[in-house]
Order: sequence, then C-alpha cells, then structure tokens
Amino acid sequence: MEKKVRFNSNWLPWLLITPQMLVVLVFFFWPAGRAIYQSVLNQDAFGTSTEFVGLENFTRLFSDPTYIQSFQTTAVFSLLVAVCGLTLALLLAVMADRVMRGAGIYKTLLIWPYAVASAVAGVVWLFMFASPMGVVAYGLRALGLDWNHLLDPTDAMALIVMAAVWKQISYNFLFFLAGLQSIPRSLIEAAAIDGASPWYRFRTIVFPLLSPTTFFLLVINVVYAFFDTFAIIDAATHGGPGKSTSILVYKVYYDGFKAMDLGGSAAQSVILMAIVVALTVIQFKFVERRVQY
Amino acid sequence: MKFKISTTAGAFALTLSGLLSNPALAQTEIQWWHAMGGALGEWVNDLAKEFNASQKEYKVMPIFKGSYDEAMTAAVAAYRAGNAPHILQVFEVGTATMMASKGAIQPVADIMKAAGVKFDPAAYVPAVAGYYTAPNGAMLSFPFNSSTTVFHYNKDAFKAAGLDPEKPPKTWPEVQQAAAKLKAAGHACPFTTSWASWTQLESFSTWHNTEFATKANGMDGIDARLTFNSPLHVKHIENLANMAKKGEFVYKGRGNAADAVFVSGECAMMTGSSGLYGNIKRNAKFASGISTLPYYADVQGAPQNTVIGGASLWVMSGKKAEEYKGVAQFFAFLSTPEQAAKSHQRTGYLPLTLASFELTEKSGFYKENPGTDVAVTQMIRKTTDKSRGIRLGNFVQIRTIIDEELEPVWSGKVAPKAALDTAVKRGNEQLERFQKANSR
Repeated sequence: MEKKVRFNSNWLPWLLITPQMLVVLVFFFWPAGRAIYQSVLNQDAFGTSTEFVGLENFTRLFSDPTYIQSFQTTAVFSLLVAVCGLTLALLLAVMADRVMRGAGIYKTLLIWPYAVASAVAGVVWLFMFASPMGVVAYGLRALGLDWNHLLDPTDAMALIVMAAVWKQISYNFLFFLAGLQSIPRSLIEAAAIDGASPWYRFRTIVFPLLSPTTFFLLVINVVYAFFDTFAIIDAATHGGPGKSTSILVYKVYYDGFKAMDLGGSAAQSVILMAIVVALTVIQFKFVERRVQY
Repeated sequence: MKFKISTTAGAFALTLSGLLSNPALAQTEIQWWHAMGGALGEWVNDLAKEFNASQKEYKVMPIFKGSYDEAMTAAVAAYRAGNAPHILQVFEVGTATMMASKGAIQPVADIMKAAGVKFDPAAYVPAVAGYYTAPNGAMLSFPFNSSTTVFHYNKDAFKAAGLDPEKPPKTWPEVQQAAAKLKAAGHACPFTTSWASWTQLESFSTWHNTEFATKANGMDGIDARLTFNSPLHVKHIENLANMAKKGEFVYKGRGNAADAVFVSGECAMMTGSSGLYGNIKRNAKFASGISTLPYYADVQGAPQNTVIGGASLWVMSGKKAEEYKGVAQFFAFLSTPEQAAKSHQRTGYLPLTLASFELTEKSGFYKENPGTDVAVTQMIRKTTDKSRGIRLGNFVQIRTIIDEELEPVWSGKVAPKAALDTAVKRGNEQLERFQKANSR
C-alpha cells in the first residue's frame, strides 16, 4: 500500500517555493522583462533621451541581410559545438571509466579547462593558431597546410569551434562520467558473459542508459553555444573575417557594449530568447520521447 | 556626497581617513575614469599626483576602467545609476555619441568660464582641438591624448634587403617598390597596417584633401553621408589588394593587432599610430624609423594633414559647482606649457598646445629623438574643410563595417570597388539612423 502524506495547508507550499521563485524572478524574469521593455525603445547611450519606437528595432534587424546571415552562422556553430563537444566528452568519459590506476589525476586534468574564463580560452587557442608564430599553425605549415583564420572563414570557424568545445568539454565529461558510473556493473558483466563485444555492449546497454544525461547535455550545450560563447569570439576572431563568425549572441554583445545601441541589442536578445525557448520546447517534445529514464 | 558612496571601497576609505584626520581642510574629490594601462597608466597617475601636490583644495583620483570601450560602458552604467565620475576619458570615435548625449555632459568651455579660469581655445593645436569643438565654436571636451597615423619601418630589414634605411618610402608607389624588394629578399611580411579604416581610408582621405564623408566629414552636421568609394579610394584599395595577392601586404587583423608583429620584427613596414613610438622604443630589438604617411604624388593638394586618434576628457553633468572648479583647475594645470611638453615627450602623444610644441622644439628633443616630430608636422598645418577631422555618428559600427567588408578584399574574394560600395551603403544606414535618433 502506498503511503500518502498530505499537507493541508494553503500557505506552506507557497512559503517553501518562495526563495526559489524570488531567485527566478530577480535573475530571470526581471532582466528578461527589462530586455523586452528596452527592445521597443530608442535611447542614446546615457539614457538622457528615450523614445518609444514600437517594433522599429525588430523591423530594422530583419531588413538587414547580415543579420539574417547570422542565423545560419549560429546554426552551423551551435551544431558543431554540441555534436563535437558531446562526442569527444563521451569518448573521454568512456576511457576514464576504464582507467584503474591514476584515475583521479586523469579526471582532475580533464576538469581543468572548465576553470578557464571564456575570453582566456579564446586567447589561448588564438595564440596556438596565430600564424606564423603559433605552435599549431607552425606545425600545419610544416605539413603544407596554410592556416589563416584572419582571412579564411573556414579556418576562423574551426578555431572558435575548437575553443568553445574545449572550454565546455570538462562539464560534459563530468556528467557523462557520473552517468557511466551509475550504470550497474552487473548489467554489463552479464552481457559480457553472454558474449557481447565492447562496442555492442556500449551501443545496446550503455548508450541507452546514458540517454537522460545525453539529452540534458544536449540542451545545456545548445544553450551554451547560443549564449556563452561571445567572449571566445571576441577574443579570437571579432566575428571576422567579414561576418563569417559573427553569431547572434556576439552581435548582441557588440551592439550593446561596443556600439552602445541598447534598443537594437535588447531586440536581438529578445529574438535570441525566443529561439532558445523554441529549441528547448522542440527538444523536450521530440528528442525526449526517445530518452529512457 | 552621493557620488562618494558609489566609489570603490578603497577610494571611500581614503576619503574617509582624509576627512577624519584633517576635518578643517576637507578636500574636494574629483573622480577621473580612464583607459590608460601599463606605462600610460603610470603617466596618468603621475599627472594626478603632481596636481594634487600643487594645491590643497582638490584631489584628483584616477581610476583605471579597462579598455576605451570598457571605460565608456562603465560610465554609461554609472551615469544611469546616478554615480558618474566627474571626468571620463572617451576615444575619438565616441565623440559624436558624447556630443549627442547633451544632458549627460558639460562642455569644457562652460566649465572653464564658470570657474573663472583663464582659457584660450586658440592656444591649443588647431587640428586637435578643432575635432572636439562644436560647430558653434565651443570646446566640448579636453583634448587629452591625441595621436595620428604615421609610417613605421624597420631599418635593419631595409638594410638587409638592400634599401637605404635613411630613405623611407614617401609615396604609395615607393612603398610598393620597397615591399617588392623586401619580398624578393625573403621577407615574409613586408608591409602591414593597424586600424585599416583609420589609416587606409580616414587619414588617407584627409591626407589627400579628399572627403571621407559629406558635410566636412560630419564636422558640420549629423546629416553627413559617406563618400569613401571615390575613384581615388578604390585605386588605393586596389593597389593594396594587389600587394596582398603578391604577399607584399600581409593582413594581421583588426584594431591594433599589427602593432605586435611590427614590434616583434615580423613585419618590416607598417602604417599605424604615432603612439606606438614608446612601445617600439622599449621593446623592439632592431633600429626603427618613423616617416610620414605615404601618399599619391599625382593627387592635387596632397599631402594635406592626417586625422587624429586617441582620446579626450569629457566632463559629466550633475556635479557640484565646487567640484567643477576643481576640474577646471586640473585642465588648466594640464595645459601649462611645461606640463603639456612633458606629457608629449614622455608618451609620444601630440602636443596639447602650440606653446608646448615650441618648448619641446627649443629643448632639442626632436633632434635627439628623430622621428618624434613626424606626427606633429603632419598635424600642425592649416586645415581645410575636407581635412579638419572626421566626426561621425555610430562611428564604432562604421569602422567595424569597413573591417568586415575589407577582409574579403585582402583574401581576393571580393573586388575593391564592390567592397567599398557595400561599406558605404551599410555605413550610411548607420548614419541615417543616428541622424534620425538625434533630430527628433
């Protein structure tokens, strides 16, 4: 028989939820509300003159072909970051899970990049690839490959994807490792006794059991690529060459903090917010169905 | 005392201890937010220290706020929260934005007049002060640190390539020839440039007495439109694109990214800021020279004068009259011939006043440090309507647009004419928006 405990109180649930709601209100709804409010205004930098302009900031954005192009850049970038980041982290986690000796050191080393600030991550990767002095650029040249992220859009995109993936890999790794370690050994051992190969075991047992983790990380990584990567881009490419690495959030940052166009910047963050909400809904609606908890 | 509460804890503690230990002689505190790091930060601190030691009433407190745009963002946030500093250093491309924020600033001319401090706008270097002067003739901000575009070259690399290190190229065809020679001698990066928009289009325009934008380059009104897709501009960008194709011009990135590769010796020639002088002097392991910005000899009126870069000091509104008096005193202190000459010689920034230039000349400084006078002689000229300066709204965005459109030119993907046309079109959209926002 199921035990049921009921609190017949009108106010206790509200009281218990208040701290959490306050945090959400102050740190999410209030700034988001401000962004929406700001997006229909036109203000000078210091806010000395304010004018209500309705949807003008939005119509201006959508009549700008470079802004439309930025959607495509963002899609490519986010997809690459999420797919590469998850694949690599899963690979590392599976390896780390098998390591017996020195596992602690190995895991600690893998967690380090998470402590590095985004801008620093951008600079570190920039240094390695700066031609002709950077270590990697030098090596590539020796192999006959001319690396130039300053003028080649593909090289520039590769550079920021690598930096962004590297920065996030520790986070993904930690969750995958925890996920792997929560899979009962007995399941895997039983399969091994039945003669299942390591790859077969991974494909039919480990990966399906990891699916909640993978799904969670997919959402987190897409949000990360959409929102948290402007510092990397600002440090490594400034959105160039041309506009080839100028993703949506970088333009938000640029217009708001460099160009002091707060209305335009706010309008873009509202659009970005809508996209991420839509993406998350899609992920929960369609991808989550395939997740086995 | 509202502003004091907002200051950093250290500054607050300092003030507090000052007040407690010496209640009768309470100093008026003046906050100065700046963007001068490293050696230049020491210079700023020394200026404040000397001023504070020179009198007892006021105390200038310099606070480093990061890069130019970080300092400006911080000031915008502080102003909106009601805690702006008294003095804010703003880079030259932010000038039109500051001018448009009428309620947030106090014109320097008014501050000086109200404080009863002797102030003669004619004492300042015209090409510098003119940039920070309103169309009605009132000086709006204090021209603190101005630089201009010059040509830096590596004398050792010149020697190695069989070029005369004492005869730098004066014209663009000569630059191209020198670059070809350096390339033939095996140099990987004969020529590069910092601030492509500033050196290759803005200063290039005034240097050739050609319009960069209408309305005297925006100095006469906010309805200016860009004109840097003229045949002369196209020809110049075509020449650079050809040099890039042959490996004679190597693009090293936006902003001042090319400074480092010149100082390291990787690139042999560059166009960039005169303010790079101190860095080269301290860090370069080769003999280097400064020459005037190259030009095309067949253009009538060239060379005219180059445009300024650097920053000026703006006075924020909403402070007490007593505090503004201190600001005026401080500006007067910075403008004394001795002080201005000392700053000019220490930093390589342009002299603030004509008197400080004459004083420096008399002291023999230019003879002892050849090349330091190049920037000055490029600027101390009678300016024309086309060369007085370039002051445009949304200039930060326009410069980025120019970078974005020129990069595919350097990689050979887009034709120079098409790129400049697009840059003008996109830039004009920014100008139209600025005009619309500020004429309502």
